[in-house]
Amino acid sequence: MIERREAIAHLLKDRPDDLLVITGLGSPTYDVAAADDAAENFYLWGAMGGAAAMALGLAQARKDKRVVAITGDGEMLMGMGSLATIGARQPENLAIVVIDNEAFGETGGQASHTGLSTNLAAVALACGFRKVITARKASELDDVRALVIEEKGPVLAVLKTSAKELARVLPERDGHAIRNRFKKAVST
Amino acid sequence: MATFSFAEGDWRAGIFAQIKACGVQQMAYVPDACHASLIKACHADGYIDCTELTTEEEGVALLAGAELGGMRGVMLMQSSGVGNCVNMFSLLKSCGFPFVTLVTMRGEWGEFNPWQVPMGQATEETFKRSGFIVYRADTGEDAAAMTGSAIRLAYDSNCAVAVLLSQRLIGAKTF
Repeated sequence: MIERREAIAHLLKDRPDDLLVITGLGSPTYDVAAADDAAENFYLWGAMGGAAAMALGLAQARKDKRVVAITGDGEMLMGMGSLATIGARQPENLAIVVIDNEAFGETGGQASHTGLSTNLAAVALACGFRKVITARKASELDDVRALVIEEKGPVLAVLKTSAKELARVLPERDGHAIRNRFKKAVST
Repeated sequence: MATFSFAEGDWRAGIFAQIKACGVQQMAYVPDACHASLIKACHADGYIDCTELTTEEEGVALLAGAELGGMRGVMLMQSSGVGNCVNMFSLLKSCGFPFVTLVTMRGEWGEFNPWQVPMGQATEETFKRSGFIVYRADTGEDAAAMTGSAIRLAYDSNCAVAVLLSQRLIGAKTF
């Protein structure tokens, strides 16, 4: 099993200047805030199922940037159709990272579909993603980072993590403030 | 690049002209017969990124993402898709995102399919309760003018705006 905070910290360490991050609501937002509360992060606190589609819109608007959606298995399951939409569009600058604890962690840890039957990496591949990876060990995190940061998209990485509850690291949650901060940081 | 020209008298030409004049660079859509010529025109444009969606709520998130990156967008959908978006509309309100959608109306004027009536009748109220400014076009001329002013209002004043293209305008589908 991978430790989620360590994995996200590894992914965002020495963060490239052109990296833009959109987080899915719940723990992925806390994980990214804990690793690096940069202005180039857009934190979702709601809009469940929208992280990947939002990242696609941003990637299409900013082809000079690398856009990474970092979300959870429950949020990705709710937006699974957007994997088909991304596959159809083939954005070269888009990567998705699914922190997959096989549970709905915010709501009591109910088992999710990914622990029972659904393989999100296989779904993404079937939707036309160029490359996917499912990582289960810390030793695979360098490969995950290379895929997510550097390889031609669309790509998707699933990080199998434990469902252990971690201390919440709560970033800004006023949506207007998050949007203004982000836009100021990335405007040309 | 495919070329496209509107049939004579197709009022969507006026909508397309406004989309172009307002600098829209992303168009998201769930296919609809009454938007068909407009969708073709956007695809043929070469300057507008066209994203076909599996469900309308994707388009709300997509165009919010586009706006984060500084691009203007428009979503095309049918009234039946409005209900699919309701929770995603909270993204617009929570963050003050500009957003524009052009909605072909079903279930309000000579509708032959009873399954279209519930969402068609709930469309305007759903938008209003979700914080939208709502325009309703009954003529092609209005449709074009409202599209232009919706885009300017949305992107100059950070509003969500819906333009309803009434079934009286688009004509009831009969099969």
